[in-house]
Amino acid sequence: MARIGVFVCWCGSNIAGTVDVKKVAEEVSKLPYVVYSTDYKYMCSDPGQNMIKEAIKEHRLTGVVVSACSPRMHEVTFRRTVQEEGVNPYMMEMANIREHCSWVHDDMEEATEKAIELVRMAVAKAVELEPMEKIEVPVTKRALVIGGGIAGIQAALDIADGGVEVILVEKSPSIGGKMSQLDETFPTLDCSQCILTPKMVDAAQHPNIKIYSYAELEELDGFIGNFQARIRQKARSVDMELCNGCGDCWNKCPQKKIPSEFEAGMSDRAAIYVPFPQAIPNTPVIDRENCIYFQSGKCGVCAKICPTGAISYDQSDEFITEEVGAVVVATGYDLFNTDVIGEYGYGEIPDVISGLQFERLSSASGPTEGKIVRPSDGKKPEEVAFICCVGSRDDKYGRPYCSRICCMYTAKHAILLHHKSHGSQAYVFYIDVRAGGKGYEEFLRRATEEEGAIYMRGRVSRLYRDNGKVVVKGADTLSGAQIELHCDMVVLANGITASPGAEELARKLSISYDEYGFYSEAHPKLRPVETNTAGIYLAGCCQAPKDIPDSVSQASAAASKVLALFSGDFLTREPNIAEVNPFTCTGCFTCREVCPYDAIDEEEVTVHIDGKKVTRTIARVNLGKCQGCGICCAVCRSNAINLKGTKDLQIFRQIKAFTGSEKEKSDEPVGSKK
Amino acid sequence: MADAETTAKTKKKADRTGFEPHIIGFLCNWCTYAGADLAGTSRIGYPTNIKAVRVPCSGRVDAMYVINALKNGADGVLVSGCHPGDCHYNQGNYYARRRFMILREIFSAMGINPERLQMSWCSAAEGAKWAQIVAQVTEKIRELGPFEGI
Repeated sequence: MARIGVFVCWCGSNIAGTVDVKKVAEEVSKLPYVVYSTDYKYMCSDPGQNMIKEAIKEHRLTGVVVSACSPRMHEVTFRRTVQEEGVNPYMMEMANIREHCSWVHDDMEEATEKAIELVRMAVAKAVELEPMEKIEVPVTKRALVIGGGIAGIQAALDIADGGVEVILVEKSPSIGGKMSQLDETFPTLDCSQCILTPKMVDAAQHPNIKIYSYAELEELDGFIGNFQARIRQKARSVDMELCNGCGDCWNKCPQKKIPSEFEAGMSDRAAIYVPFPQAIPNTPVIDRENCIYFQSGKCGVCAKICPTGAISYDQSDEFITEEVGAVVVATGYDLFNTDVIGEYGYGEIPDVISGLQFERLSSASGPTEGKIVRPSDGKKPEEVAFICCVGSRDDKYGRPYCSRICCMYTAKHAILLHHKSHGSQAYVFYIDVRAGGKGYEEFLRRATEEEGAIYMRGRVSRLYRDNGKVVVKGADTLSGAQIELHCDMVVLANGITASPGAEELARKLSISYDEYGFYSEAHPKLRPVETNTAGIYLAGCCQAPKDIPDSVSQASAAASKVLALFSGDFLTREPNIAEVNPFTCTGCFTCREVCPYDAIDEEEVTVHIDGKKVTRTIARVNLGKCQGCGICCAVCRSNAINLKGTKDLQIFRQIKAFTGSEKEKSDEPVGSKK
Repeated sequence: MADAETTAKTKKKADRTGFEPHIIGFLCNWCTYAGADLAGTSRIGYPTNIKAVRVPCSGRVDAMYVINALKNGADGVLVSGCHPGDCHYNQGNYYARRRFMILREIFSAMGINPERLQMSWCSAAEGAKWAQIVAQVTEKIRELGPFEGI
């Protein structure tokens, strides 16, 4: 029989100021099964916890009710306390008489009455509590990192340095991501490629990292510690073992008029190509849609010329299954598509370019070798306008959020213009300048005070061509003046959007995403790198717009989560999960339909009914996948599935205890299960 | 506590006459329960009538809990979870919403005022909203009077 001890905390005057704790302890001592009750100033203090331990020993308590603060505060503390005295930790129940009572009521009599009721309900549940053991699931100590940009590379390197094997999957032909396209980086103006390419090489040469480039995740099955990732290796049409990266193929390829993705369309590439000279792997791919051989069956120049015979036209997509225990999603972002803003004429006016195109113009490895020139006539632009918040903080385009990087990269562009195109003048149109970051405000001041950029607060309403110039019409809202500037070039500071296919990937991973397609973290402050799906972590811009330092920090944070997960051979999980009663389950699988985690498996059982052996298919809860929501329990037609820690009977007892002695009640609750 | 203060508070209670409803609240652990905690931390006062039962998700709340509560002396029941789209378990609150809309229909058919079953969405950041919900629900049930069964 249950022997319950009740411990009423004063929490100094936090509880005792409004609740008559002595009366609570006295009243609840009269409840059935309560063999001991007491009160103390601070139950969570060492002497308080020792009181609980002493009472467990002295009164042979089987269950403990701590009537104090919210269980969200100290449930773990008191579970540990009872466990230290040999009582199962899940035999402890808390009554929340602080947050839910003393702090929100001021009438002592009413608050005391409510506190007694809350404790009575907790005692009723405590009587029905059952010992539970944490669940142990084995862990596959390998990690999958999706996305080979700076966040993915950093996460992969950190995990690999921790001694864990990493599978790095990148959808494009090379790792490196958006950062590889940048010229110099704010606020230090160090060359992006100079700091990125060594990391790319480290990742490629790391004994613990296996890179699948030009590959995508097809499917993810399993659960934390035990995922199976099905990876589609897209056909490269080039044998990676044989290719030595000599470059004869792309030099001789007759189809050279394809806008280069890496150069943001500022120059062309061949149909067989490596995206950029430092690409990893340095093996070309054939872009089949633009390849003459694949489109017409004629040509075959690359195959004829290849000195190692590496060209393989008949390669097809391959599927590889990798077993992993954790996943880091680092799929990055895309730039806001400025085509949709008709009044800016992007795509129509050649001298209106995107921020990324400016990066390529300014980059020493870019199409102009770092010479900043107008795309229309190759002349030096004397006056350049930069427009901030293009597709950011703009409800009109469904992007009310701040993209966080554009203010700073625009300041950087203004500085780069000043450095590389002497005598050119930068005009920056902004809404607000956001320079919240280490060294950012100083960098902004440098742009305006030392590098001569002129900042004007106001949105640009229209861009149009006039006499070889681009006319910028807008307003300076600080002076109230209408502005019409005749510029040689206009750079749009495109905002960040979620990467294309982000939602489709989210569904494969069963993680949630917000209305803009950014992945949701488990808690906006306290669990910023975890998702609500255990074992899947986030890094970089796939979660929200962020700059390089923040992406790298988050990637390292995700890596540390993965390494912590892999620190033991087994994972321990809270035991509050659903369980099926095999005797009453009818195998209707309504539970499977509602389960958000695909945690209901099938199980064959043989039972004896009226002396006959009957084999039936019933539901079984997958211990790894179940997250303990209990949705299945509420829909089960035969009440055969129940949630440990929140069983129907435990709730019914609380309901019954709730009105206590005030009204007459039936003995057994309606529809009592168990 | 000083005697004068105690008397003042006791008097407040004694002054009040009439029906005080008993309401049971099933609060999801992730949003509403945390929101109610926040109301506490922020010291936002509300009536004492609702007593909370913590459940992992509003989708966990079986229709039988509501029926049982009414049968066992509750005058009203509140089910409260995360805002639509914000469920910790992705869609539990949608199941709850549908389930209790139907239950309210059934209550109507049975001659039970469907208003005895209240639903609300309250996030972990909405302490003030929780206090408001409690006040409104309490008032609503108070208007309906004691639940006498059917």
